[in-house]
Amino acid sequence: MENSLENIVEKAEEELVNADSLSTVEQIRVSYLGKKGVFTRQMKTLGELPPEEKPKVGATINAAKQKFQGLLEQRKGQLENALLAKRLSEEAIDVTLPGRGQAIGGVHPVTRTMRRIEQIFNRIGFDVAMGPEVEDDFHNFEALNIPSHHPARAMHDTFYFDEHSLLRTHTSPVQIRVMEGQEPPLKVIAPGRVYRCDSDITHTPMFHQVEGFVVDKNINFADLKGVISEFLKAFFEKDVKVRFRPSYFPFTEPSAEVDIECVMCEGEGCRVCGHTGWLEVLGCGMIHPEVFGHVKIDADEYSGFAFGMGVERLTMLRYKINDLRLFFENDIKFLKQFN
Amino acid sequence: MLVSEAWLKEFVDYTLPTGELTAKLTMAGLEVDSVEPAAAEFSGVIIGEVLSVEPHPNADKLRLCKVSVGDADALDIVCGASNVRTALRIPVAIVGAVLPGDFKIKPSKLRGEPSNGMLCSKQELGLADSTDGLMELPDDAPVGVDIREYLQLNDTIIEVDLTPNRADCLSIQGVAREIACFSDQPMRLAKAADIDVSIDDQVNVIVEAPGDCPRYLGQVIKGLDRSAPTPIWMQEKLRRCGQRSLGPLVDVTNYVLLELGQPLHAFDLNKIESDIVVRRAKVGEKLALLNEQIIDLDDSLLVIADKAKPLAFAGVMGGEQSAVNDATTDVFLECAFFTPISIAGKSRKFGLHTDSSYRFERGVDPELCYRALRRAIELLTSIAGGQVGPLTDVSSGITLPKNKTVRFRFERIARMLGVQMSEELVETYFASLGMQVEKNVSEWLVTAPSYRFDIGIEADLIEEVARLYGYDKLPQNKLNVSGSLVAVEEATQPLDRIKDLLVDLGYQEAITYSFTDEASLNLLAPNADVYRLKNPISSDLSVMRTTLWAGLLKAMDANIKRHEETVRFFETGLKFSVENGELKQQQVLSMLATGQAQPEQWGESSRGIDYYDIKHDVEAILALNGKASDYQFESAQHDALHPGQTAQLKNKAGELVGYIGLLHPALERDFGVKKPVYLVELIQSYIQSRQLPVFEMVSKYPSVRRDLALIMDEKQYVNEIVSYIYQQHSLVSEVVVFDIYQGKGVESGRKSIALGLILQDKSKTLVEQDVEELLKVLLGDLNNLFNAQLRE
Repeated sequence: MENSLENIVEKAEEELVNADSLSTVEQIRVSYLGKKGVFTRQMKTLGELPPEEKPKVGATINAAKQKFQGLLEQRKGQLENALLAKRLSEEAIDVTLPGRGQAIGGVHPVTRTMRRIEQIFNRIGFDVAMGPEVEDDFHNFEALNIPSHHPARAMHDTFYFDEHSLLRTHTSPVQIRVMEGQEPPLKVIAPGRVYRCDSDITHTPMFHQVEGFVVDKNINFADLKGVISEFLKAFFEKDVKVRFRPSYFPFTEPSAEVDIECVMCEGEGCRVCGHTGWLEVLGCGMIHPEVFGHVKIDADEYSGFAFGMGVERLTMLRYKINDLRLFFENDIKFLKQFN
Repeated sequence: MLVSEAWLKEFVDYTLPTGELTAKLTMAGLEVDSVEPAAAEFSGVIIGEVLSVEPHPNADKLRLCKVSVGDADALDIVCGASNVRTALRIPVAIVGAVLPGDFKIKPSKLRGEPSNGMLCSKQELGLADSTDGLMELPDDAPVGVDIREYLQLNDTIIEVDLTPNRADCLSIQGVAREIACFSDQPMRLAKAADIDVSIDDQVNVIVEAPGDCPRYLGQVIKGLDRSAPTPIWMQEKLRRCGQRSLGPLVDVTNYVLLELGQPLHAFDLNKIESDIVVRRAKVGEKLALLNEQIIDLDDSLLVIADKAKPLAFAGVMGGEQSAVNDATTDVFLECAFFTPISIAGKSRKFGLHTDSSYRFERGVDPELCYRALRRAIELLTSIAGGQVGPLTDVSSGITLPKNKTVRFRFERIARMLGVQMSEELVETYFASLGMQVEKNVSEWLVTAPSYRFDIGIEADLIEEVARLYGYDKLPQNKLNVSGSLVAVEEATQPLDRIKDLLVDLGYQEAITYSFTDEASLNLLAPNADVYRLKNPISSDLSVMRTTLWAGLLKAMDANIKRHEETVRFFETGLKFSVENGELKQQQVLSMLATGQAQPEQWGESSRGIDYYDIKHDVEAILALNGKASDYQFESAQHDALHPGQTAQLKNKAGELVGYIGLLHPALERDFGVKKPVYLVELIQSYIQSRQLPVFEMVSKYPSVRRDLALIMDEKQYVNEIVSYIYQQHSLVSEVVVFDIYQGKGVESGRKSIALGLILQDKSKTLVEQDVEELLKVLLGDLNNLFNAQLRE
């Protein structure tokens, strides 16, 4: 009996070792453990034995059966592992091939810079305002204290449609439009396209400016210096040297031109800064009482400052672009560099 | 404006080195653009005298000269200049000299004759761009003296960029005054020369336009010696300030203009018929100017006329007919004050830009005339002799600008500049600016000198104080932000979000000019009225865009020429249309796409961009705002687009949001297009209008899907059927169009559309019977309304 059981297990082990697939293993399992399986038949023989032998013989059969089951699980595990290994090997890919899908585009570098400027000013509570690009003489000039015969008009090379309508030469008219419609306190920036009748290596007939202004009680030149200096440091993400020097704009008094230490040569003097070590980046000043007069704000009660900057210029300095005209050629190879 | 440091030092004896001077000028608001030496680097050039000139035995054009340079032995120098002659004094580069361009002078032989040095022209010394022979020095030029010392060539020329308000600095004297102010040195004003009036000749002057010309001075000078040359020192100073020497008469007027800032004009006395009349021109009058331009005058222009005719364009340019020339010996010298408003813009109108008009339109000190005229006469008679007649002075007390007295509140300094200054300090500043101060209890009365006509209000005085205190020393504050939190408008989609979406969909943002050529717009929007520039920079950029497509198509073309195969652009900005005679400026978003639907890549077959690709991108924008089904695409016609591939987009309110479609094949050639180009233009305000989400209970009952293949006419818009299903059957939560088929098995002229219907009830689980009933009704309706039947 025991011999025969040993033979059975031996035979089963041999069969399992030779089984090369999970389905064969399953067939073997059925042939030993199924309803008509070897072990099932063995257990049926127990009934014919005397009662006192039953437990011993039963235990022997069970031990053989368990041994078989152990061998079965072991073989099954081996085959499953082999199968997994095979699958893993088959499914290996070149993970370095390029990914598939749509390419990503990008915003124009001018937009990129305008967003940065807006973000910086938004943090200290500036609102964004827009205005028309075809402007009237009043908002572009008169209200900004530039009457028709003012020599400053010569600096503006204006595009005209007729006597009164023109393409705005700066974003300053937005200042007037906001002050006409809203009461102080005001903290506003106005980005947008502006136009001058000029076209050469360093001028395009259209470019972008960001105008900004603050009107409140007790705003003074020290506030202006603070905001502008902080802005320039924030924009260039470094502690740039900033210089304010007297200048002239009809709509501000006192007026200042703001220079930063040349970002190309760190103030050493180079072609970009005309060997002065300084770069002119921005014009600003305290809002002229005449301007307040035009928008009916009491210049004794309120004061304010305004500033204007060229977006292309700041973009060129920030990303070291050497030719203004590139901005409007829309060469994809140029634009992609700012994606 | 160019100023010479040596000339400045005649007016103010400052000790600052050039570098510090220019830094201070810039920080005072007189921006220094450049600093150049007055003459190029050279050495070893001394004044010599030609002792003898002999012909060269071997060369017709060369001469053998003996030249004294003060030493015992005269030098042998071979010279080819035509003006070399005995007794002429000239600059001599002796052996060892180094001329500009590192040109070294060595002993040499020219055609066999020894030459120990070189006689120099202005050009060879870097003092002129061209030359006509040797530089001739006056007979009293000291032989043996270094030419650099004699001509004061160790000088610096500073270019100052002046702002329009600082017309008082448009002269050597003016800049010197500014330097005196910040260097604490007094101005050295030359004492007024005495003019010896020796003849009675006078020209009667009638000023008919005293409002335009509050002061007109004139004086006659007769018997000028026209053989006298302009002294070399004057030529040199003029050169350094950018003026060519044109003979003593013109040189003297230019000299006074540069030195003092007062324009003068000399008339040939014998070419004018007394009286001189200062008046507005009459319509129809003409005037031939010195530059040979003939201008048509009108009554906005001021002229100097005699009895018969206009003689000069007042304050701008003299006339040809009354002009002085080399033969002129008798002149009438004009020195006037014309108001800025009478001159401003007048010269520009004729494309003229003169030193005179430049100064008058910005403003000239009305009190300067007397000194300037005396200075001119002093200089002219010292050069060319002549007798001077008595002064004619027509001044109008009423129209002459008065020195303005400005109310000044001391406390405004602290308020506007954020700094406390002492009253004494501010008074010192005003004094150094030549301002008179009268201190009252509540305010000061400050009167600016006549040359500071730019000072008109308190803020001007505050700026002067700030300038002298130093902008760099003024304090700097952190802005005291007294903000309140304000509502964020959620119903408006930020434009940046839409831009970012398009970027993620593969679009590059373009920025094209807002003006374009009319021809392109006529093709793209033939019925739109254009807004035309009066002074365009070129005809290509002459009208305001009525669509952004013109600019995008040109940008696309340029990129395709640079071998870009696929171009996806978007641009946002204003388009300009004229509606009922009124200009409308409208913010739009435009898109253009051409080329491949996806970048070339492995594992995907390449395919050209088609209408549905770009429609997807538009739908993505709409999806940002909530329900894309709130918008309707309808087949439409557009002049620029293919009639069979154009849709108009409407919002829920039925407003036209914009167009999407394929560029009309008939326009392909006009825009140099070889592949299909899809275009979109949407009105920004509509696509930025966003709905606030409203919560809806999510059904917890299972959904059922039924797929239907429907056969219908090939011209049937699928969207009509889909919309109908949504409208009629609330149980249908989604309709997916998952296949379109035409061909074998479907009769020609018909198409098969596969729809996936997802059904779900909010209150119960759907049973087979519910679904069957719904489909039965639906199929019946689709058959009746759309002639669409289930595919067998």
